Amino acid sequence: MSELFQISSNPHIRSRVTTSGIMMGVLLALMPATGFGIYHFGPRAVLVIIVTVASCELTELLFGLLRKKMTIGDLSAAVTGLLLALNLPVSIPLWMAALGGVFAILIVKLLFGGLGQNFMNPALGARCFLLISFPTAMTNFAYDAFTGATPLAALKAGESVNLVDMVFGNTGGTIGETSAIAILIGACILLITGIIDLRIPASYLVTFVLFVGLFGGNGFDPAYLTAQLSGGGLLLGAFFMATDYVTRPITGRGQYVYGIFLGLMTGIFRLFGPGAEGVSYAIILGNLLVPLIEKMTKPTAFGYAKGGKRYAK
Amino acid sequence: MAKLTFVGGIHPFDGKSLTKKKRIKDILPTGDLVYPLSQHIGAPAKAVVKKGDHVLAGQMLAESGGFVSAPILSSVSGTVKAIEPRRVVTGDLVMSIVVENDGKYEDVGFAPKANVDKLSKQEILDLIRDAGIVGMGGAGFPTHVKLSPKNPDGIHYVIANCAECEPYLTSDYRRMVEEPMKLVEGLKIILRLFDNAKGIIAVEDNKSDCIETLTKLTKDEPYISVKTLKTKYPQGGERQLIYAVTGRKVNASMLPADVGCIVNNVDTIVAVYHAVAEGRPLIERIVTVTGDAVKSPRNFRVKIGTSYQDILEQAGGFGVTPEKIICGGPMMGFGMFQLDVPTTKTSTALLAFQRDDVSRAKPTACINCGRCVEVCPGRVVPSKLADYAEHFDEEAFLENYGMECCECGCCSYVCPAKRPLTQEIKSMRKLQLAKRKK
Repeated sequence: MSELFQISSNPHIRSRVTTSGIMMGVLLALMPATGFGIYHFGPRAVLVIIVTVASCELTELLFGLLRKKMTIGDLSAAVTGLLLALNLPVSIPLWMAALGGVFAILIVKLLFGGLGQNFMNPALGARCFLLISFPTAMTNFAYDAFTGATPLAALKAGESVNLVDMVFGNTGGTIGETSAIAILIGACILLITGIIDLRIPASYLVTFVLFVGLFGGNGFDPAYLTAQLSGGGLLLGAFFMATDYVTRPITGRGQYVYGIFLGLMTGIFRLFGPGAEGVSYAIILGNLLVPLIEKMTKPTAFGYAKGGKRYAK
Repeated sequence: MAKLTFVGGIHPFDGKSLTKKKRIKDILPTGDLVYPLSQHIGAPAKAVVKKGDHVLAGQMLAESGGFVSAPILSSVSGTVKAIEPRRVVTGDLVMSIVVENDGKYEDVGFAPKANVDKLSKQEILDLIRDAGIVGMGGAGFPTHVKLSPKNPDGIHYVIANCAECEPYLTSDYRRMVEEPMKLVEGLKIILRLFDNAKGIIAVEDNKSDCIETLTKLTKDEPYISVKTLKTKYPQGGERQLIYAVTGRKVNASMLPADVGCIVNNVDTIVAVYHAVAEGRPLIERIVTVTGDAVKSPRNFRVKIGTSYQDILEQAGGFGVTPEKIICGGPMMGFGMFQLDVPTTKTSTALLAFQRDDVSRAKPTACINCGRCVEVCPGRVVPSKLADYAEHFDEEAFLENYGMECCECGCCSYVCPAKRPLTQEIKSMRKLQLAKRKK
């Protein structure tokens, strides 16, 4: 027999889904929110997005050159950069935006081992880093002629808010968080393409609604709840950041626990914390609890009673 | 009726349309026939012929090497040319009997026993054993052993596994289309062994024509029912199938008989029919020759022992140069590096692909996406088990149900990072199983 063929262990076929394909899907799903942000906040939003994406990609590239292991093709740095931009106010100094990108990729991701090893969502890690380091710049939501507070801050102060503006996104806030509709269109893309499922967003949002309904002082008033839901990056967080594969539990049961935890934390931070916001800190705190949640919700294999006997060692 | 199924699984491209509509074709071998002495689970068979002996088709070449073992019979008439180690599909060298075909196909005279209907249980089991029947879906467990559980009265269901969930394979399908009665009769023979058992013919819903025919054929059989399964891989996995049709759960340390079930594949049941009702031992089987690199894909009825090369040539050879040749289905089959190896009792298919997905898929970092967890029918966490295997953390591997993996391949299939998850888990399992034997 002269010719020899390639061999491999089973299975011999592979699905077409790839890591870069998934990242591309996420980028695509972020387009409605990005597009609306640019439309709403003007050309400077484009500049912020370019700076964060470029700083993320460049950090990944340089690190890859140093380590002689190129990982830029997986597009994950682009996703981080875009998510970070969407979480920044449009007026942020560009050097801060760039610093945020470097922090996200280098400190939060690469130093912990790169894609898949980070214990915290890089974009949110960078946002919180910037929020703590430069609180004024990070909470300056003035744009064009508009100088008022974000709707969530107004809501907290007991003022009334325009619900229609909030749902469509005609308010102050970070670049990508204002339009509930744009974010939900993106969420639908993620759900339809199977990139995420509803476990985390649904358990997160339902818990949050119950929490603010019970403790928000307005009961289950639909207008109040709608304002809470569409304000302050909750939807962006629930669909795009809480569902980040690397930093959420891998098992179904763990994901419900995680979503409920995020809902509770966001509610507590929003209602009882000093600021009107709470999503970023809630998710980051949740990220840190993932190992614990995974340990608590370890699945039982098929054919065993819950916690059933295992093989003798 | 509701479609029965299990939790997890995948829907790969099934490729069955390549061969589905073509009738099974009989082919005769052109070269020597090779019979590896180990083509079943258990002790290898012991040769009872020697070099130079003349043998007839159906004559025993090797006897059972123990209780869990099966005899091997010649599929042609001719002369024993050698008894020597030969390469088999897995690449191993296995002691084999080589028979030179005289082209006459004289057989020992196949005839059913008188009054087949009155055979005792032991007589039926003896016929099955002497016919050399083993599980023909791929595992190769001796059938007479499977049909002799400790407590035969505790068997409630005999399940005919007609799922054929592996992509590309259509041999079971063609069998059900062309000879459905043999399946029903074979199942009735097996049911005679178990006084309290009902027969279930479980078919995936992509074979609705078979479901219809079989339902018609069994409408007067009070103890046999036909059930529709959802089309999903690995629906025909023993544990998944039992769960789908009975709701009973079997784990890796249990036997189906522990929950009162016995599962046999279509071809095995037909072989039982041949052995008991017609007196014909297991010397032929149906092999699907398919894939996009094969010129004219089709199902063939071949003499066991024929080389794959021979079968492929009779299927017109390659239309284009293949990158990958597989013995069996694409999910659980073996990659073959050469074609000059014999078919055995467990040879279900020969697949040739133009494009090898695996060598193109460069493994990258796990992104923890959880797709492997969603599809795993064993309900374990494949990405973590593969990590434990990679880091040789035996304790964590066992603690997290590593031994429950059925090696179905779903996790490797779906992984977007293209990690060889199944392979890593499989290597660790093999090692642990070897350790346990010590």
